[in-house]
Amino acid sequence: MVYFLSNLVNGITLGSVYAMIALGYSMVYGIAKMLNFAHGDVIMVGAYVCFCAVQYWNLPPAAAVLVSMIVSTLLGVLIEGLAYRPLRQATSLAVLITAIGVSYLLQNLALLIWGATPVIFSSVVPDFKVRLLGGDLIITSAAIFTVLAAVAVMIALTLFVSRSRTGKAMRAVSEDRGAAELMGISVNRTISVTFAIGSALAAVAGVLLCSTYPTLTPTTGSLPGIKAFTAAVFGGIGSIPGAMLGGLLLGLIEIFGRSYISSELGDAIVFAVLIIVLLVRPTGLLGKPIREKV
Amino acid sequence: MSEGKEARPMLEVNDIHVFYGAIHAIKGISLKVDPGEIVTLIGANGAGKSTTLNTIAGLLRPRSGSVLFEGESLAHVPASKTVFRGMALCPEGRRIFQQMNVRDNLIMGGFSRPNAELEGSLENVYRYFPRLKERERQIAGTLSGGEQQMLAMARALMSKPKLMMLDEPSMGLAPILVEQIFDIIRELHAAGTTILLVEQNAQMALSIADRAYVLETGTISMSGEAKALLADDSVRKAYLGN
Ligand SMILES: Nc1ncnc2c1ncn2[C@@H]1O[C@H](COP(=O)(O)OP(=O)(O)OP(=O)(O)O)[C@@H](O)[C@H]1O
Ligand SMILES: [Mg+2]
Repeated sequence: MVYFLSNLVNGITLGSVYAMIALGYSMVYGIAKMLNFAHGDVIMVGAYVCFCAVQYWNLPPAAAVLVSMIVSTLLGVLIEGLAYRPLRQATSLAVLITAIGVSYLLQNLALLIWGATPVIFSSVVPDFKVRLLGGDLIITSAAIFTVLAAVAVMIALTLFVSRSRTGKAMRAVSEDRGAAELMGISVNRTISVTFAIGSALAAVAGVLLCSTYPTLTPTTGSLPGIKAFTAAVFGGIGSIPGAMLGGLLLGLIEIFGRSYISSELGDAIVFAVLIIVLLVRPTGLLGKPIREKV
Repeated sequence: MSEGKEARPMLEVNDIHVFYGAIHAIKGISLKVDPGEIVTLIGANGAGKSTTLNTIAGLLRPRSGSVLFEGESLAHVPASKTVFRGMALCPEGRRIFQQMNVRDNLIMGGFSRPNAELEGSLENVYRYFPRLKERERQIAGTLSGGEQQMLAMARALMSKPKLMMLDEPSMGLAPILVEQIFDIIRELHAAGTTILLVEQNAQMALSIADRAYVLETGTISMSGEAKALLADDSVRKAYLGN
């Protein structure tokens, strides 16, 4: 029972991180109609920036997270403006290859700046543990903060997209770019805002991920990035609730798969589940079936 | 028509050529719309009517030729900025935001206007389209065809355009709804909006318009007073079916 519950806690924690990353993938896909494969590497940059802010600039953790979010946001907007914007009319294959290129560029720049030796990330959350069930079930502060952050992000984002003018403009662009332009909505600006939001979330995800799994290298972002992409597809790419649900389920499947089936096959199980879901529901769990236009 | 300052057309299209890749869709079209007019553009399927309107709105760029709105060239104005100049396009196929509710569609229509105007503009369009007020919270994709067309027009109206361009507003609608749509176009015109109307329903379009242009495979084959075209034998044969 305790074993099950502690796996549940770990699964929800990891799933929360995936959900925050998946949101960035999904929003960018929904609005810019592209897969930003460099998104995972923004996580890594965010984590390194936070690491430096704490280690070298002696900033308090909250300020370090903020700096990390700001740098990642700027990086995301910069990537979009320099690498993707000139390709707005290009084929999706050209954009995809560019995104892979940007991903390697970020990894190699990180290698140049921070080196290949892993650094040990010092957690940004206050260190305490909650003991439940007579002390058998231990919940770390990192887990608590991760889940709280994910919930806060989801509520804020849902309200933003459904209520604010900019959020509505994002939905309009995602549905019909040309019609949105006729309304006076700048597609470029809307896409920039989307990258900004996605990258800020990636920084938060990176910092929280490394607070639980503290080994940080230039490739730290790639596997979580790919899994979060999987989560986005799993939940229905383009859908915000889908990204949240997909992320959460993926985290649970991964942790339970490792604990109950095979620790070596954890990642394989994750992708197997994805394939099965896509066979049954090609649009993902919450993806809208593609409707014929009348 | 009076001479001097007021003689400046609201919209002037000078010898535009528009391509889709290698397809030469518009081969040198010139037209103008004066303030307060209803001008209609008629023509068969594929003649280039929508291409012309989309080029005026900035969604497509002419390879050569110019589009002037109130005397100013739109050559370097992106599509998302033309609405700020005072023109609105109600596009072919409606293109409402299907997954958003009626009210949010209208709010997007007013995107180019200050927030403070929003409530007043909503009230204004609901006067033309009371049906939409009843359905404010309904998801646009679930509206009937006629209601969707009304929403598309109302959405364009939210930007308070001086020039309203309508691309086949009667397409696919029952005759009674077509009548309603044309009544509303008349009302808009009476309220001071200049109208550029693209229609396949040439009979209706010519009966409402002041002037008309006939488009044939990317060029203007005929133009003049709408009444004169309505009486013209070749127009009757080709577009009015008698
Ligand atoms: N996206 C496109 N790509 C290639 N060719 C196009 C495209 N859109 C239109 N065309 C071609 O350009 C020409 C003009 O098309 P356009 O849509 O402007 O005609 P239309 O007069 O609006 O016709 P309809 O009455 O059917 O709406 C047609 O020959 C059409 O096949
Ligand atoms: Mg057309």
